[in-house]
Amino acid sequence: MRTVLLARPERLKQFTLIALIVIAGVLFNVVIDNYVSGRFFNRMTQSIAITAVLAAGQSLVIITRNVDLSVGATAGVGAYATGRLLGEFGGVPPVGAALIAAAIGAALGLFNGVLVAYGRVPSIIVTLGTLAIYRTALINLAGARTITVDSLPQWLVDLPRSTVFSIGDFEFRSMFVAAVVVVTVLQLALWRLRAGRLLYATGSNPDAARQAGLPVRRTTVLAFVACGALAGFGGFLVLGRFGTITVTAGQGLELEAIAAAVVGGVSILGGSGTVLGSLLGATLIGLLNLSLVRVPQISEFVRDAVLGALILLAVVLDGALQRRLATRGRIMAGDEIVSTHREPPLAVPAGGAR
Amino acid sequence: MTAATVTSRRVKGVGELARRYPWETLLLGLLVVTIVYNLANSTNYLGVDNLINLFKLSIEKAIVVVIMAFCVIAGEIDLSVASTMGLGAAVLATLHGQTAVPFALAVLLAIGVGAVSGLIQGAIVAKLGIPSLVVTLAGLIGLRGAARVFLEDRSVGRFPGWFGDLGRDGLIGPIPLSLLIFFGGLAAGAVVLSRTALGRRLYVIGDSADVARYAGVHVDRIRIGLFVTSGTVAALAGVLYAARLGSVRGDMAQGFELDIVTMVLLGGVSIFGGTGTMVGVGLAVFVVLNVRNGLGLANVEANTQTGVVGAILIASVLVRNLLDSAAGGASPAPRPARRWRFPRRAPRGKPSH
Repeated sequence: MRTVLLARPERLKQFTLIALIVIAGVLFNVVIDNYVSGRFFNRMTQSIAITAVLAAGQSLVIITRNVDLSVGATAGVGAYATGRLLGEFGGVPPVGAALIAAAIGAALGLFNGVLVAYGRVPSIIVTLGTLAIYRTALINLAGARTITVDSLPQWLVDLPRSTVFSIGDFEFRSMFVAAVVVVTVLQLALWRLRAGRLLYATGSNPDAARQAGLPVRRTTVLAFVACGALAGFGGFLVLGRFGTITVTAGQGLELEAIAAAVVGGVSILGGSGTVLGSLLGATLIGLLNLSLVRVPQISEFVRDAVLGALILLAVVLDGALQRRLATRGRIMAGDEIVSTHREPPLAVPAGGAR
Repeated sequence: MTAATVTSRRVKGVGELARRYPWETLLLGLLVVTIVYNLANSTNYLGVDNLINLFKLSIEKAIVVVIMAFCVIAGEIDLSVASTMGLGAAVLATLHGQTAVPFALAVLLAIGVGAVSGLIQGAIVAKLGIPSLVVTLAGLIGLRGAARVFLEDRSVGRFPGWFGDLGRDGLIGPIPLSLLIFFGGLAAGAVVLSRTALGRRLYVIGDSADVARYAGVHVDRIRIGLFVTSGTVAALAGVLYAARLGSVRGDMAQGFELDIVTMVLLGGVSIFGGTGTMVGVGLAVFVVLNVRNGLGLANVEANTQTGVVGAILIASVLVRNLLDSAAGGASPAPRPARRWRFPRRAPRGKPSH
């Protein structure tokens, strides 16, 4: 058992995470009266849906050894623009509206990606800048007007309450199901598609990937575009959930998305991690966010402190784990940065071109 | 590049100076342009009130810029400074409002909290080898959260009179304490970077931490020292900010890291470490302050100003990269003659991701 877990660090992380979620759930159940209820389950799944979609996009970017701080602003722009559009043209079908939101996000992601890949500006700098630029653009374009529920078509107002299926009291709402479907499809793509493996190759060792003739720049742009599209779709979910959208919509979501990805086992050093893991991370964060508020002894303001501590803990554990693996000689030591990258096929190409 | 920025040979003539420090010359030009633009657009610009305002409204950021430049030159970054400012002020406000601790001691404790948070982050960066970007991003979230835990949604004020006077009034003539601290820090920073062994070590660490380690530099110790200093300075800046505003809220100084990092990178400090001068950073501070001031005089809202600063941030690195590749500097790694086909899927079994 021990060797199996150590041979697959990602699995070890995910087992730990599932254990943590269960332990947290049991603890909260002991501390809080009437903890588990259908209503609470619904609130939690809807909150997780938004975080999970953003975290999935964030994971793709982090896997390429980058980070996107602008997803919150992108989601805000997506939510607001789609809301305005639906207010003016009520006849847009649901899928069309979601696609429009994703397209807006993809365009913003493209801007980030091109600056990072072709301008060679570090992603943290680019997205710290675009975080401010996108938000400013939104504030100026919106002119302090707020999108209200009255202006939205009826299907969107009903969306948060529409249920796909239910088990007893627990209803699985369509927004949550949509998020899970998106994450699952992304995970399959990461496992099965060439583009998915390119992401890992790029993040694992960008120089080696470039030397091997892989399209590192295009892959980086692809990751940012996908992340932007998912952030835009997340904005659509925000619009559906809250109905009322101000220019500050989505503010701070980027931190939650990064937290979910990192806690979910996506290594900040790039090249390792899964989208399903980030879903687990989003679940743990959603659980803590909504449960801590209900613990009577704890102030409702501890949320961010817990979030920061959680990220730090995940990152420290990740670093310690990777050091441990490195000293065991189980992975190829690259340069100073130790990665969990362990695919022999990358080093020994089938054709043997070298 | 590094050699040119560290050594100080005698320079003859303005032309050679400009050739040796192209980025600083560019910044000087940019500064002149912004000042001329401000003069042309507003009659109030040259008034003493506005000039004091120019500095005062962002002086706390400018103080932190000096230590941030040190961090970035050494190849690190501290994104948690704005949250540390908020936490320092929150600790001060809480000690003042809810305990009988003497106010002067509360100020020291608040600054001490900044030092401790810097120590924790620095130790994680240096001893565990985790990128400072991530550690301080967690710090940005967590320390802000801690400030919220202390203050919740209250606004705490009613500080002693002398404290408010120190923050608002001039100490020497019309110049307030915070402005003196900024100029003192800038001068001290310039001396340390260009005239001391510590300064040289910072450049070497930023260039290559491995080389520095093999050369016998105590890399870990210097890194931890950097983060402790950064936390201390940030908390001090937070206390000064509290003195100027007269009250503290949990979201104080939120988002300041954008301006601070912008000023450092615009100052010609490479985000990859190893290069940069205090002169450039000082000029960049003036440029950003003038841009914000000019936009303010032209009645542009604070939100839009932030967007402009974001654009400057990206441009300051982008333009540098473009100049470097135009000068034939760091060229990308050579491409192999033949491309081998990347495996379309994992060859056997399930991939391990």
